[in-house]
Amino acid sequence: MRVNEKAVNGKIIGRDWNVQNPWKAVRVKGPVANPAQAVEKAAEVIFCLCAFTAVAAVCAMTLYMIANGVPAVLQTGLKEILFSKTWNPTAKEPSFGIFYVILTSIVGTFLAVLIGVPIGLLTAVFLAEAAPGWLAAVVRPSVELLAGIPSVIYGVLGMMVLNPLMYRLEQKLFAGSKTHQFTGGANLLSAVLVLAVMILPTVINISEAALRAVPSALKASSLALGASPVQTIFMVTIPAAKSGILTAVVLGVGRAVGEAMAISMVSGNVVHLPLPFQSVRFLTTAIVSEMGYAQGMHRQVLFTIGLVLFVFIMIINGILSRIVKGENQG
Amino acid sequence: MLLFSMIFVIVLMVSEAMADHRRSDSLQIYHNDTLSGTVTMAGSTSMEPIANALAEGFMNRYPHMTVTVEFTGSSAGIEGVLSGSVDIGNASRRVSSEEKAAGAVEHVVAIDGIVIVTDVQNPVRELSKAQLCGIYQGRIRNWCEVGGNDTAIVVVGREAGSGTRETFENYLEREGMCVYANELNSAGAVMARVSSTPGAIGYVSLDVLNDTVSVLALDGIMPTKEAIQTGGYGLSRPYVMVTKGGIEKQSEAVRAFFLYLQSEEGKGLLEKIGVIL
Repeated sequence: MRVNEKAVNGKIIGRDWNVQNPWKAVRVKGPVANPAQAVEKAAEVIFCLCAFTAVAAVCAMTLYMIANGVPAVLQTGLKEILFSKTWNPTAKEPSFGIFYVILTSIVGTFLAVLIGVPIGLLTAVFLAEAAPGWLAAVVRPSVELLAGIPSVIYGVLGMMVLNPLMYRLEQKLFAGSKTHQFTGGANLLSAVLVLAVMILPTVINISEAALRAVPSALKASSLALGASPVQTIFMVTIPAAKSGILTAVVLGVGRAVGEAMAISMVSGNVVHLPLPFQSVRFLTTAIVSEMGYAQGMHRQVLFTIGLVLFVFIMIINGILSRIVKGENQG
Repeated sequence: MLLFSMIFVIVLMVSEAMADHRRSDSLQIYHNDTLSGTVTMAGSTSMEPIANALAEGFMNRYPHMTVTVEFTGSSAGIEGVLSGSVDIGNASRRVSSEEKAAGAVEHVVAIDGIVIVTDVQNPVRELSKAQLCGIYQGRIRNWCEVGGNDTAIVVVGREAGSGTRETFENYLEREGMCVYANELNSAGAVMARVSSTPGAIGYVSLDVLNDTVSVLALDGIMPTKEAIQTGGYGLSRPYVMVTKGGIEKQSEAVRAFFLYLQSEEGKGLLEKIGVIL
């Protein structure tokens, strides 16, 4: 018997706990001799089952989405669905083109990130570097609260406050226009503004953590070399926290792409080219708004839209894991 | 000949007896207050007031019964019945021939009028069918073209697949040709949007109507109960409850539900919530 082996009734049942994988060594062979061992064994099985719940859920969803999304593609043709511009699912000769819907999701998300990320990043800089304690104590809880507000509340506020304001702007801009279809303020711009606010907490929290993780020696050296605090922030701290900030941006993109409830209430939900004052439909809202009554092919195409969204999210996750990997290597 | 007529008489007597038996059977079900079981319903969001009122009334009448109602949309409701996940599917449209072929049987419980609504500030009180077509196809873009103020028209409607939209576009004979500025996926959302947007026009079913919006007459006819019942106001649709197979094939609980629906009490309930029988 080697030094770190354990024996029960003269039978070797395992070795001492090993930090990497404590259970690896305590595999019981033969009848369990001791209740403590049984507890260990049971715990191992429970942990394993819990771990598999997530994996099983992902696998089941992927399979379900593919099984339900692919038939429409086979029947209608991938090109017809992805690149045709007319969405008229209930006409006598229906067309299922989601090109404008995909474009809206891309443009909408891009614009939301364009507005949300600078504000979020500068808020993070403020919290990490510049804020006096009492002010940080006001700002940080507000950001946390913003993250906790349900998206339907954003939607209601957008609908009741933002849309009427947007309609006034629309009426001023398009006064006398014979060709503009008035949307009552439910347009791309409203959706983008709501999304920009919704991604703020994600961007702020993760960027702030990244900025705080920058070694203080770096900042100190910069300051010692005569750089001003603002120069230090923009030339040293932010570049050093680059990968963390990128992670924040990508997670923000993920949040914006996946949001449905709030934007379905403020965007008008009509399939159009994504122009600022036109009523638009996103990938998520396309599913939400028509799932209830859709039947036959129409319903199947909605699943295909789900599949497209799924691919989008997978790409975003892929980019994210590359960033994280790069960070670990760097 | 004699033999033939004897057989005929016997057949007649047997069938009469069976019918009698069935009648007394349903009477027994109807008057049995201790009946217990569950009835599950799913379907149209437009039928929410009807379904809730009937479920509550039914559970009051039969305290040991449970009725659950979900609002998933007409097609989802019928799909649920056909797949066996619910007993009754509520649909605010006629059952399609495909669905009938799959075993869906429809029971019309009420008629719904669809009303054209605007925000309360709008002075326009009436539109013709042709004007409505013009507005919903984007040819008429300002209220002054139909006798109102100089305000842009915001065309609000329901999403593709909605029974309300189908009925509306059917009535205009413009299926799939309407140009919307807002496509919303519930009657409540349409009401909220129309009431809060100056110059908006929309359509909703009669029973969700309230005084936050104003109602337009269509070709000079207001959507009153009588006008909808007689068909003078043409923009209407049936509310149906769908079962898989005929009523006689349903569980005792479901049969009791339909008997309740057809009873004076059930009809009174529906009248009270303002739908048209």
